[in-house]
Amino acid sequence: MSGIAAVVLVMLATLLIGAFGLRMARTTSDFYVASRTVSPLWNASAIGGEYLSAASFLGIAGLILTFGADMLWLPVGWTGGYLVLLVLVSAPLRRSGAYTLPDFAEARLESMAVRRLSSVLVVVIGWLYLMPQFQSAGLVFRTITGAPAWAGSLLVAGVVATNVLSGGMRSITFVQAFQYWLKLTALAVPLAFMLIVWWGDGSPALPPGDDWILPLHGPEHPVYETYSLILATFLGTMGLPHVLVRFYTNPDGRAARRTTLVVLTLLGAFYLMPAVYGFLGRVYGLPASDTVVIGLPGRLVGGPVGDLLTALATAGAFAAFLSTSSGLTVSVAGVIAQDILGGGVRSFRVATVVAVVIPFALAGAARSLPVATVVGLAFAVAASSFCPLLVLGIWWRRLTTVGAACGLLAGGGLACFAVVTTIAGGPRSGWAEALLAQPAAWTVPVSFTVMIVVSLLTPSRVPRGVARTMVRLHTPETLDVDRGDWHPRFM
Amino acid sequence: MPGEGRVNGKPRRVVVMSPRAAAARRPRHPLTREIDEQTRLGEVYMRSLVRTQFRLALFVCTVLACVVGGLPLLFLLVPQLRDARLFGLPVPWVVLAGLIYPAFVAGAWLYVRQAERNERDFADLMERR
Repeated sequence: MSGIAAVVLVMLATLLIGAFGLRMARTTSDFYVASRTVSPLWNASAIGGEYLSAASFLGIAGLILTFGADMLWLPVGWTGGYLVLLVLVSAPLRRSGAYTLPDFAEARLESMAVRRLSSVLVVVIGWLYLMPQFQSAGLVFRTITGAPAWAGSLLVAGVVATNVLSGGMRSITFVQAFQYWLKLTALAVPLAFMLIVWWGDGSPALPPGDDWILPLHGPEHPVYETYSLILATFLGTMGLPHVLVRFYTNPDGRAARRTTLVVLTLLGAFYLMPAVYGFLGRVYGLPASDTVVIGLPGRLVGGPVGDLLTALATAGAFAAFLSTSSGLTVSVAGVIAQDILGGGVRSFRVATVVAVVIPFALAGAARSLPVATVVGLAFAVAASSFCPLLVLGIWWRRLTTVGAACGLLAGGGLACFAVVTTIAGGPRSGWAEALLAQPAAWTVPVSFTVMIVVSLLTPSRVPRGVARTMVRLHTPETLDVDRGDWHPRFM
Repeated sequence: MPGEGRVNGKPRRVVVMSPRAAAARRPRHPLTREIDEQTRLGEVYMRSLVRTQFRLALFVCTVLACVVGGLPLLFLLVPQLRDARLFGLPVPWVVLAGLIYPAFVAGAWLYVRQAERNERDFADLMERR
């Protein structure tokens, strides 16, 4: 029962904080980017809150419990991705003035075709990310109430849509910052209690000779899969649509860097914990599934305290569903509204409904894979499309519109093909399975190569304003220079 | 610079206002004008800034790639390491579930410091001639 109370409480808190933000959201630009008045710690907490999805809160512990030490790379990559983002992308991206990835494509390449291609990829990545969030919301809801899985998905989809429709980005910023600290608490407090119990039991270890604890013992091709996972996570982070939007709320490039540093610290603190959950789950023999974070406190602590801790973990899980889904919905809806429906607050509202309904339908139809696996696939698509676009766009003057478009098509297309095949249940063994289940190791090099080679072959298609764009991307804001007059279109 | 020397014994007047407003109103400086007009000199300055920052980014990425790419290789080539213990815990877990996170933060902190220093140097170069 306390589990249901926790879910209701999180939903209400989310809606209330959203309503508080609503009073301040007046103009369209407010609606989108919170007028850039968000302070750095709030902003970093909001990025953390938005980023830590069901895959981080539930999925990592579940995968570590299932597959062992090789899965430790998942949280490492999801944190380390911010280090790559920090050094290659953060300050120039903020200085570009782009609000979304398609904005960046347009600003840098001066091409509507590349912009539209980016929009399609944003929507694909967003839906690929949203679908497993809704699926695991259903799974957790079924675990605590016994209700059918679609009910939990519907609940989360409904709250997300309401919240985004009413408050826009400003309310989302407050909600997200709150959600980070809630998720941290919801993982840390039960863990503290469980470690005390574990210590009281005489610190049981794993039986000697348990291969689970060793790296590189898992699937058929552990070395390939480990490296592919590393590539996808470290390079995919910069291409996630809901993360980049947050950088716009920094006042300048320097603040964007500092915010990223805080984000890295906040994420590092959070990701210390899932591995311990996985370890305790193994020691106490829990069944391997995405709900280990929910099941473990009741199993170890028990009694009313155990119930309360389970409720807290459930609250954290729902915070994770709501925060990531809200952030993704805002980004996907923004792109659909601006690039398909023609802009304005009304089309943003229509787009929000579309952005939620389709992944909700997919969540019911698609086969259920572990949440962190599907989110990992979204990272692979981002790493094979937006990573080369951003890195080459920011640092290489000779990138051409044709090169960028071909690279996005080749890398993004191949990664999407691998992802769809995997989700649809393609090959179950051998190299084919490994290459499709972890595509980044070959799709990322393909994407970079195509972008570079085609750009070198089409030198006449270098954007005319590239020199001015470079000034804009790289000079510190304190200098008074001409940065061109491009601005993102706020509907 | 010829324009700046006329002080006539009086202290120079200083305008106190927000740095951004100051940046907007400060009279155009020849060096930034080189950049604005995209002269060859301006291009040289811009390229040097981009190259400095890119070298820094590449350095951090290379170190990261060596650490992150080297660990699985190390576990592959030195199998004893997979089972070795540090403080009673297996080494892969101590590194991947613990030490690597503070290392990321330290690396990021050093990077931010150096990147801001590069930008300050560039701004000084532009404004002081």
